[in-house]
Amino acid sequence: MPNGMHLVADRLQKKFGATAAVTDVSFAAAPGAILGLLGPNGAGKSTTISMLAGLIRPDMGSVKIDGIRLGTGADPTKRRLGLVTQEIALLEDLPARMNLKFFGGLYGLSGRALGLRIAAALQLTSLADRARDPPKEFSGGMRRRLNIACALLHEPQILLLDEPTVGVDPQSRNAIFETIKILAGEGRTLVYTTHYMEEVERLCDRVVVIDHGRVLADNTLAGLLANAHVANRLTLIYDLPPDGAALGEVRLLPGVTQVSLVGSELSVSAADLGTAAPRVLECLAARGFSCQELTSRRANLEDVFLALTGRTLRDA
Amino acid sequence: MNPSCTAFLALVRKDIAIFLRDRRALVVNVLTPIVVAAFFGFLFGGSGSPDTVSGMPVGIVDLDGSALSKAVVADLAQDQALKTESMPEDRAQQLVKTGKLRAAIVLPAGFGAAAPGALFGRGDKPRVTLVYDPSQSMVRPVVAGLFTQHVMQQLSRALNPGSGMSVPFALANIAASTGPRYNSYAHSFAGMSVQFILFMGIDAGITLLLMREQGMWRRLRAAPLSRGVLLGSRLAATTLIAMLILAVVYLVARIVFGVHIAGSALGFAMVAFAFALLAATTGLMIAALGRSVGATRGVAMFSVLILVMLGGAWVPAFLFPEWLQHASTLAPTRWAVDGLDAMTWRGLPLSAALAPTAVLFGWAVLFALIAVWRFDWEGD
Repeated sequence: MPNGMHLVADRLQKKFGATAAVTDVSFAAAPGAILGLLGPNGAGKSTTISMLAGLIRPDMGSVKIDGIRLGTGADPTKRRLGLVTQEIALLEDLPARMNLKFFGGLYGLSGRALGLRIAAALQLTSLADRARDPPKEFSGGMRRRLNIACALLHEPQILLLDEPTVGVDPQSRNAIFETIKILAGEGRTLVYTTHYMEEVERLCDRVVVIDHGRVLADNTLAGLLANAHVANRLTLIYDLPPDGAALGEVRLLPGVTQVSLVGSELSVSAADLGTAAPRVLECLAARGFSCQELTSRRANLEDVFLALTGRTLRDA
Repeated sequence: MNPSCTAFLALVRKDIAIFLRDRRALVVNVLTPIVVAAFFGFLFGGSGSPDTVSGMPVGIVDLDGSALSKAVVADLAQDQALKTESMPEDRAQQLVKTGKLRAAIVLPAGFGAAAPGALFGRGDKPRVTLVYDPSQSMVRPVVAGLFTQHVMQQLSRALNPGSGMSVPFALANIAASTGPRYNSYAHSFAGMSVQFILFMGIDAGITLLLMREQGMWRRLRAAPLSRGVLLGSRLAATTLIAMLILAVVYLVARIVFGVHIAGSALGFAMVAFAFALLAATTGLMIAALGRSVGATRGVAMFSVLILVMLGGAWVPAFLFPEWLQHASTLAPTRWAVDGLDAMTWRGLPLSAALAPTAVLFGWAVLFALIAVWRFDWEGD
């Protein structure tokens, strides 16, 4: 087991009948880390989360929490885990406070201790003023926040968040992100599954890319971008497309890794857009080519996934 | 308190709180059985005294007009079981066809002249016509019997002036119940309680399937809870809710419809508890065997309706054909209805509750074992 890791998934495998949902998944997460589990629908994320949460037993491999092997059923190790399900699993007709009381009770909490934790969870998720209202009267974002609050009452050291922002407005999404950052700041380990790469880029310290039940990459965002050899891209449109000689000069500019021309659209790949863009523009302007339109795009996880699998996340 | 106990209580409290807050469930599970039972109870006789017989409307057509036929018609008019009215034949037939009369008796011309000889096998028997409503077929033998009685009495007087025959016995009517008196509401409340509590059991099972679909089951299983706590709490909550429904329904039955537990109160509680447990295990079995909510609900409702019908919840089992009366003892619902009947209007002692309780427990254990065996623990 890697030293100092809260959560270790070691060579997890799971089959459902003849279908292999997860064939080889390993990763580890340290206290305070937000680990992103990224992959398209059907990649094996939910099955992996189910094994991490002790819902299903792996056919092979193990999940360890602080060095203790996780079981299913009534295994007390599960007290160290909190699960925020993709579905909003709430008691829609009961007030928010009763929902929290119920979920706290599942972990053996009662009385004053539970009351204090309910107050803290409501405060953290900014729902204190709606504690007496039932979730069926909440907006989508508020219900998502209550869904998270219900998983926090027993103060888990590891929080598994399965697509926690599906169907919420940008404002609520930001509120959820803030909550997640606060939780990580408290030293909890968070595993965040999503197929929204923007969320992973914004939140996660480390990203595990999964496809077809296998880990394709496990690194920091910068590490993934570097290892997958994906570059930032500059797109320039000219009324009069640059000629071969001009393109040759652009290719020789420092930091430029790739140049291609399709019609009047010139694409330039570069490690650092900030320094490459002015050089490309100056070079071509000096040869009389005047740029009409310029766009730039930073390399992202979509490019990493494309580089790793040959497909885009949305196509997969 | 032990964390598992706290979790168990939280799960039970949750189910009861949801039930009590769901107005639709309250109406369906509490109000509906009361209304339907009140209707059936009224239909099958209500709580009125069985000694009070209201006369059946019967038309009389006397085409003979002889002294004998007139005497018979007068006797029939005096009979409390009948409410006779003389009328022409076509009108009598029309009123029976339209259901205004239960039956009509047509005395043919020549009845008075032919009947005395026919009594001793001389001459042709006069042909008396009994027109009856086929939807009230039980009326036919009753009217025929009363008519025969009055004809025989009048005929004997005509043949032996001054004396004549009469019914050679006095009939003492004794209601064969050790309870205060028969109350058809007692049976209808037993039947409808059984039916609607089983419906509630189905709902409990369907709710578990919905919990799977909505992710709640996944969340519950993420907590450190054993299978015993997860299923046991559901069993306990559904049993308690069933007991609560029974208590409310029978309270209304007592206050409004005069249904008393004339037998053993403990026996009533035993049968009620065993049946409540059966309803709860029925729900668990449905949750274990069912896959989709829609399909499962349809199959479960059909099965329960058949069981309820065989149990005599709609029509008392004594009206079944003989073979069906025996066959229906295979249905647990029959034992539930009979057990509740035994402890209410039949007024039987505790010993009469033992067999229904044991059979209901047996079925409950069987259903629970099937549920545990077939439950998909790893499915969401």
